[in-house]
Amino acid sequence: MSEVLLQVEGLKKSFGGVVATDDVALDVRLDEIHAIIGPNGAGKTTLITQLFGEQLPDAGHVFFKGNDITRLALHKRASIGLARSFQITSVFMDFSVLDNVALAVQAHEGHSFKFWKAATTEFLLRENAMKALAQVGLDGRASNMASELSHGERRQLEIAMALATNPVFLLLDEPMAGMGAEESALMVKLLKGLKKDRAILLVEHDMNAVFELADRISVLVYGKLIATGTPDEIRNNSEVREAYLGEA
Amino acid sequence: MSVQEVPKNLKPHLQAPSLFGFGQGKLVTILIMALLFMLPMIAWWMGNKFYLDFSVRIICLAIAAVSLNLILGFGGLVSFGHAAFIGIGAYAVGIPAYHGYESAWLHFPLAVGLAGLFALVTGAISLRTKGVYFIMITMAFAQMAYYFFLSLEEYGGDDGMTLWSRSDFGLINISDGLTFFLLCYSVLAICIYLTFRIVNSRFGMVLRGCNSNEPRMKALGYNTYLYRLTAYVISGAMCGLAGALIANLQDFITADTMTWTRSGELMFMVILGGAGSIFGPVFGAVAFLLIEEVLSAFTIYWALPFGILLILSVLFIKGGVNGLILRGWKS
Ligand SMILES: Nc1ncnc2c1ncn2[C@@H]1O[C@H](COP(=O)(O)OP(=O)(O)O)[C@@H](O)[C@H]1O
Ligand SMILES: [Mg+2]
Repeated sequence: MSEVLLQVEGLKKSFGGVVATDDVALDVRLDEIHAIIGPNGAGKTTLITQLFGEQLPDAGHVFFKGNDITRLALHKRASIGLARSFQITSVFMDFSVLDNVALAVQAHEGHSFKFWKAATTEFLLRENAMKALAQVGLDGRASNMASELSHGERRQLEIAMALATNPVFLLLDEPMAGMGAEESALMVKLLKGLKKDRAILLVEHDMNAVFELADRISVLVYGKLIATGTPDEIRNNSEVREAYLGEA
Repeated sequence: MSVQEVPKNLKPHLQAPSLFGFGQGKLVTILIMALLFMLPMIAWWMGNKFYLDFSVRIICLAIAAVSLNLILGFGGLVSFGHAAFIGIGAYAVGIPAYHGYESAWLHFPLAVGLAGLFALVTGAISLRTKGVYFIMITMAFAQMAYYFFLSLEEYGGDDGMTLWSRSDFGLINISDGLTFFLLCYSVLAICIYLTFRIVNSRFGMVLRGCNSNEPRMKALGYNTYLYRLTAYVISGAMCGLAGALIANLQDFITADTMTWTRSGELMFMVILGGAGSIFGPVFGAVAFLLIEEVLSAFTIYWALPFGILLILSVLFIKGGVNGLILRGWKS
């Protein structure tokens, strides 16, 4: 088994009476896609926000490469190799596609207290941004505005921005949400190529995609992890079928 | 589109930004800036001190509007307290002068430094808030500064203080109307150019990114608070410079230079001219003061039609005067 990159222990988070994360423990290993599935409102997004530092858990710990990062400031997470994409597309609509990714590259290259040279004339910055765009197949759209992209293309842009920070750990929140069959198939292909030398925590509703991509799957129901295992184990788990897969 | 197949020779699209913009709007922009230079010269040549002073007033307020535009137009930070920096800049001239220190080389660095310091302290607190709260808190800090200067009996209190002679530059003498105009115009030109460099730099991209989508910026690893605070300090310092010039223009300093209505006027200039464009705030300052001047000549009840006119123009002219200039020549 490969190295554990991310380890979660006893994570808890509640909003008033709603327990969104209920004593969750899991790990994600290098070269692995670990998928989290579960019905709407199960707490998948909330879990991601705690792993990424946007929300603090009420209890529990998150370890990354053995270091406790539970309370590490959000803006410091990219520099240790974490990146995420958002369930609701979050790009810079009034920027060009290339500028979107250039901002991500720039974030990865240390501080931006540089006030004089025009960023749009920096060759390396632009070239690295182009490379990230090419990785997701969006380089042809580099000079379009992000607002001109189709929904599926914006999802690809999200991934390109996450990749541009050169992450070892990707948190992807429903990257295929709202995509057509064709776009989803492209995304599956893309994600498959991404797991090498990385770890991916994938939250996704598209079961075909999940069972095709995931090395391991965890099932979250009402904030509780009810099962973790290989796709086959999950498919044949009676509790899971009852709680979740059976419904569909 | 799998990750392996990255083409070898990607050509990133490099585009140098242009100060005056692109296309035909460029000509109009240059023309307006040239007029703003020529007309006061003609006024001076014809011995018309009123119009020379009026032009210098436009230019000084344009500097303040340019400074506000950096954070409001590009950074999306609606500061309702920029008049405070003008006031601080003005008193940084008045108070040393009162004590006999008349060197401009003291006055101007002091104005920039103190305004920047005030921006650092108040920005550090204000930027912890968002939206309406940010508007309110910046206004509250500006009011604090206003009442502080109003309470300084030694320096005239609410009667204000007279500046007996203008800041002494040694080499040049700004008591001369033309020289002073040239100084103000140069400062405006420098501030515009600085803004242009800043907003296109890496820092500027970050500032605009924070405006566009702050949660995304944080997720990418930016400490958005620090970048915004830096922009706020640059903006405040630049506005302090405008204040030092305004003190010299008026030869008279009162806390009234920094009332909250002045902050509102600056916001109007920026939005009227075209927030987030390089020259917009200059156009806004010109338009604002011209309309004010013309209307007030017609009627003493000019404030009401003026207000209505401003609101209508902000509502209906997309991109402000700057947007008008760009579109007018595109169609
Ligand atoms: N900020 C919040 N305040 C209150 N309740 C929240 C908040 N965020 C999430 N929740 C609740 O927590 C539960 C889990 O939400 P979420 O993590 O978005 O689920 P999922 O992503 O699995 O659909 C839901 O019941 C939701 O209403
Ligand atoms: Mg969700």
